[in-house]
Amino acid sequence: MCSMKVVVCVKQIPDPAGNLRLDQASHNLVREGKLILDESDSYGVEMGLQLAEQAGGGEVTLVSMAPNSETSGLRTALAMGAANAILVSDPALGGTDALGTAKILAAAIKRAEPDLILAATESSDGYTGTVPVQVAELLGLPSVTFSKKVTVAGDKVIVERQTELGYDEVEVGLPALVTVTAGVVEPRYPSFKGIMAAKSKPVEELSVADLGLDTSEVGTAGSRQQVVSVVPAEARSAGEIVTDDGEGFQHILAYLERIKVI
Amino acid sequence: MTLNVIWVVVDRTGDKVATVSLELLSKARQLATTVEAVTWGDPSQIAEVVGAHGAQTMHSVGDLGGGLPGPAVGAAIADQVRSGSSPDAIFIPQTYNGRDIAGRLSARLDRPVLTNIVDVEESGSGLITEHAIFGGTEVLRASFTAAGPGLFVIRAKSFAAEPGTDGAATTDNWNVPDLASTGAAKIISSHVEESEGPKLDEAPVVVSGGRGLGDAASYQLIENVAKLLKGAAGASRAIVDAGWVPYSHQVGQTGKTVKPTVYIACGISGATQHMVGMKNSKNIIAINKDQEAPIFSIADLGIVGDVKKVLPQLIEALEKRN
Repeated sequence: MCSMKVVVCVKQIPDPAGNLRLDQASHNLVREGKLILDESDSYGVEMGLQLAEQAGGGEVTLVSMAPNSETSGLRTALAMGAANAILVSDPALGGTDALGTAKILAAAIKRAEPDLILAATESSDGYTGTVPVQVAELLGLPSVTFSKKVTVAGDKVIVERQTELGYDEVEVGLPALVTVTAGVVEPRYPSFKGIMAAKSKPVEELSVADLGLDTSEVGTAGSRQQVVSVVPAEARSAGEIVTDDGEGFQHILAYLERIKVI
Repeated sequence: MTLNVIWVVVDRTGDKVATVSLELLSKARQLATTVEAVTWGDPSQIAEVVGAHGAQTMHSVGDLGGGLPGPAVGAAIADQVRSGSSPDAIFIPQTYNGRDIAGRLSARLDRPVLTNIVDVEESGSGLITEHAIFGGTEVLRASFTAAGPGLFVIRAKSFAAEPGTDGAATTDNWNVPDLASTGAAKIISSHVEESEGPKLDEAPVVVSGGRGLGDAASYQLIENVAKLLKGAAGASRAIVDAGWVPYSHQVGQTGKTVKPTVYIACGISGATQHMVGMKNSKNIIAINKDQEAPIFSIADLGIVGDVKKVLPQLIEALEKRN
């Protein structure tokens, strides 16, 4: 393959280091303030850039969905080297569930006609973990999840897929969808030049109607599941805290003896 | 019993049944009159253990011919549901294959899916699910609102696997429709990564390391303590991402859920991603330099100190006892 078109699905999320909370009435995750590129997705972006280079050319297109025309996370990925982005943004999208999200992403990805679609195994905020495979099924494509290594070989990719016992080597012809685990590659830091270039890279913004989908399929209306309640978990209280003065290990030994582990 | 029929997807680890599937079968038996298992490959090897855990029948989609279970099992179940023999609920283990099956099935049936379930309870004529969110500090309860079977993807260790006295499950075959290109991914070879000692998710003692170790070489300390306590060595996502240890050691949301007699967190601050995978351990011991680390809020014994000082002393003391 001399020119490879890679789509990377990216999610823009509230900073996980900040105060994540659910809206009291809707039980949706509050997405106010600046959104950032989900760190889990930076691996897919890096992988996409590397595979396009390996293939001898090509480009990375980002596909994302966000309620408020948010692009700050996309700019980070564009600064890393992605060529352009498709952002589906629509007031009707709030409260969309995993399958609704997959329908949106699948319709947007179709427009880019990729050879390879990359996604993280799950997002860091909602972590439903089913969206990529739902996208593959909606597009009628094969998928390989939990990849820890991806190599392009002609019009195929060879993937090392994590298993309970080790890994499987899986071969799949393109086009295909692959999800990558975190840590699979070392995401590059955007250079100053990259950050400047990202400001003028094209971001195509589409509405639900632009994709030919009905708003009844997405948002809270299309979600066929509901939150019944959110309550604090039974608190596990903190126990004894001691500061190590060179004898800290003795406390551990005594504890292990008490519970008869030693 | 609230439900008539529950189907349980039985995932397989090598030739064996994945333990989480036995946990789901045991729970399904409490909730429904009829429990049926769905699997792939040769069902005769596992009919006894699956039967003992509550399934009267087991359907197999047969040999996958090197293909991954997701597309074949998803399509076969979807066909059965559409042909009218629909169950009230479908339980799917949250494993690598289980998540693939759930995604495929959900899109094929145009049915929503609930994942990361840690408990289910009966409510009226249906089920309410429980999910641990924000690192397990809050419990979210959810339910499906549309008709048709709900797809429940359930985490390991949510229920106990309890064999009964029932005999082997009767087995039959389910047809797999033409998968077209969705079934095109093929396994060329399988690799087993040998690890010494007990398995991470079954070990009574788990010793885990995090960024506080400072460097990859110091993970040896974790392995030494684990070995001396006849336990397994785990890791936080941070050091797996950094490439210090393989992904198979990861404890947490994305990794393994563990529930040992004692969990020793060394140099792990306690990110929500980590806590969700270990907070149900019977006893928790934490060693961390930072007195404010969230891990101390759930530890039964907390040592505020440098793991690189405390662990060598602990190793020396344990070696003397052996």
